[in-house]
Amino acid sequence: MKYLDEYRDPVLARRLLGELAAAATRPWTVMEVCGGQTHTIVRQGIDELLPAGIRMIHGPGCPVCVTPLEMLDRALAIAARPEVTFTSFGDMLRVPGSRTDLLALKARGADVRVVYSPIDAVQLAVANPDRQVVFFAVGFETTAPANAMAVLRAAALGLSNFSILVSHVLVPPAITAILDAPDCQVQGFLAAGHVCAVMGWTEYEPIVARYRVPIVVTGFEPLDLLEGILMTVRQLEHGRAEVENQYVRAVRRSGNTQAQDAIRAVFRITDRSWRGIGTIPASGLTLADEFGDYDAERRFGVGRLTATEHPACIAGEILTGTKVPTECGAYGTLCTPRSPLGAPMVSSEGTCAAFYTAGRRRSA
Amino acid sequence: MTAVDPAQATCPLPVAEQERILLGHGSGGQLSAELLTDLIIPALGESTPAGPLEDAAVLPLGDLEVVLSTDSFVVSPLFFPGGDIGALAVNGTVNDVAMRGARPLALAVAYVIEEGFPLADLRRVVSSVAAAAREAGVAVVTGDTKVVGRGAADGLFVTTTGIGQRPVGVGPSAARAVPGDVVLLSAPIGLHGTTVLSTREGLGFEADIASDTRPLHRLVGTMLHAGGAAVHSLRDPTRGGLASALTEIAGASGVGVELDEHAIPVPAAVAAACEILGLDPLHVANEGCLVGFVAAAAADTVLAAMRACPEGSAAVPIGSVVTDHPGRVVMRTLVGSRRIVDMLIGEQLPRIC
Repeated sequence: MKYLDEYRDPVLARRLLGELAAAATRPWTVMEVCGGQTHTIVRQGIDELLPAGIRMIHGPGCPVCVTPLEMLDRALAIAARPEVTFTSFGDMLRVPGSRTDLLALKARGADVRVVYSPIDAVQLAVANPDRQVVFFAVGFETTAPANAMAVLRAAALGLSNFSILVSHVLVPPAITAILDAPDCQVQGFLAAGHVCAVMGWTEYEPIVARYRVPIVVTGFEPLDLLEGILMTVRQLEHGRAEVENQYVRAVRRSGNTQAQDAIRAVFRITDRSWRGIGTIPASGLTLADEFGDYDAERRFGVGRLTATEHPACIAGEILTGTKVPTECGAYGTLCTPRSPLGAPMVSSEGTCAAFYTAGRRRSA
Repeated sequence: MTAVDPAQATCPLPVAEQERILLGHGSGGQLSAELLTDLIIPALGESTPAGPLEDAAVLPLGDLEVVLSTDSFVVSPLFFPGGDIGALAVNGTVNDVAMRGARPLALAVAYVIEEGFPLADLRRVVSSVAAAAREAGVAVVTGDTKVVGRGAADGLFVTTTGIGQRPVGVGPSAARAVPGDVVLLSAPIGLHGTTVLSTREGLGFEADIASDTRPLHRLVGTMLHAGGAAVHSLRDPTRGGLASALTEIAGASGVGVELDEHAIPVPAAVAAACEILGLDPLHVANEGCLVGFVAAAAADTVLAAMRACPEGSAAVPIGSVVTDHPGRVVMRTLVGSRRIVDMLIGEQLPRIC
């Protein structure tokens, strides 16, 4: 397929791997931030082709994985209400809350639907004025503009039966939190190409300056990732620390300013709890005060719901790259995609699920 | 947090639903397999003969073997580019019978119709059943209609049962694949599933793609004529896609399958839809292609025979059978690494981004 096959070419992949082997004279540890990138790396087995010493750590960039358990319980509490039509992107449906998941709730009669765009949820609200339609607004800066547009559309239509349950998170504070961790092993980052398509990369420039760590804006195809890793390793080898852009076909420095305007109009920055990591200051988005009427947490009074994680799940260590799934005692036994203990086993972008479906088995 | 010994872990585990049927139990993946092996087959007890799970059963009858299969069709929407529920119901059962090497002889068709269903739509579906049966050269010889109250069915469900016959001793089976076999795929994958999904959800890909629903028994006949007993296993990768079909054969035969990702034909529009929706083409349903496991010595002959048929004109070898990793399908990826291809677990759920 055009614009896809070119980035999966095995001959070019081998050439990039050769250049990487020539460039790397020392061991380096690089983190890909985005779950989509983890998916490609594991599905294509890219990490197993890298020269010895180049280690990839899979970062906290799967939106499904970092959505905190209490937010899932809030979603489940709202979805269980008889007047509610609860809408979500598909892969949130199988994430277990403390007791159940949205698919099981649906089997017991709740009105839970997969939508492909938050605008579809607005349309559902228009078509069903007697139903309370709620959209589960999760994700990074990538999904925030469309979710903002949905709220703006609902406001323009004067809809009183539409709201969103917001669990938006932001990439730069997560990178900073990882770098601030005392046992941080990450020496360079691949920034998420699609997040940067929206936000540009100016917000990464202060991080690079402060921590002296290379950040390369990288795409999602095998050749994108190999080139992004190569650019990061070259910076490390030469002692450089800059923001570079591998994903030139989609990303410019200023990003998509219209999308940023939509985000700023509807959301404000807030502290967010990240599943497995904890609360990171100013790391998420919530609805701005003037759009508070569209806040499902407030509408359904679920803001005080809290939850406790399963003790066997080491999602935090997985998401920060301290451990790989095959080092977890529950991986593949207590915890499988069929019955996941924690979020990284649920979404196909989650590190544990990506390892499991690629057939990686626990060594012990 | 430190790792906890799983043996010490305490309930309540946040496990998935254990008491009710989920949609995923109908996906053709691992949940469907669990339903069969844990609930349905044990309940049948000794009345069910042992053996591998196949697309159709073979019953000895004098000098012949009779092949029997049944399938229910609940597709939504009922009409989609390339076909409709009627054509699907005929071709699906014809193909299940054909995968055991049999010539389909006759079909039974049962309709469960929801109160209020438009007669015009029913006329379209029954005409389509008739046309598909004619095209396949199979007679519809018996059937049934039931009407249920509004809301008790989604418009129309169709069940077809087919019988066929085959000469004794020539039958392909999911349990007959052996190391050295070449894996042949008759046509590109992913068309049916992406067409139905795109039509149902109004995603816009349906302008560029159409379901591949068609009868495959003539193709099977040609393959058996060319390869005879060297055609070890046949399966049409419907629900659960190519990944499920290959994993099931690997499991039933106790062999490993090695695939070459480069060799698997995925139409551009299917690839685009799967990219956007976060689906794996290997998990998407097909209704007009088959995989054949053929002894290496006969593979070229069988492949040439397939390519001479219209429904096999794009046939390609996609991999081979090995003694390593029995029960598992391993794929050589585009960039030259390797990964295990697993069955779908429950429903295919589109990714967020």
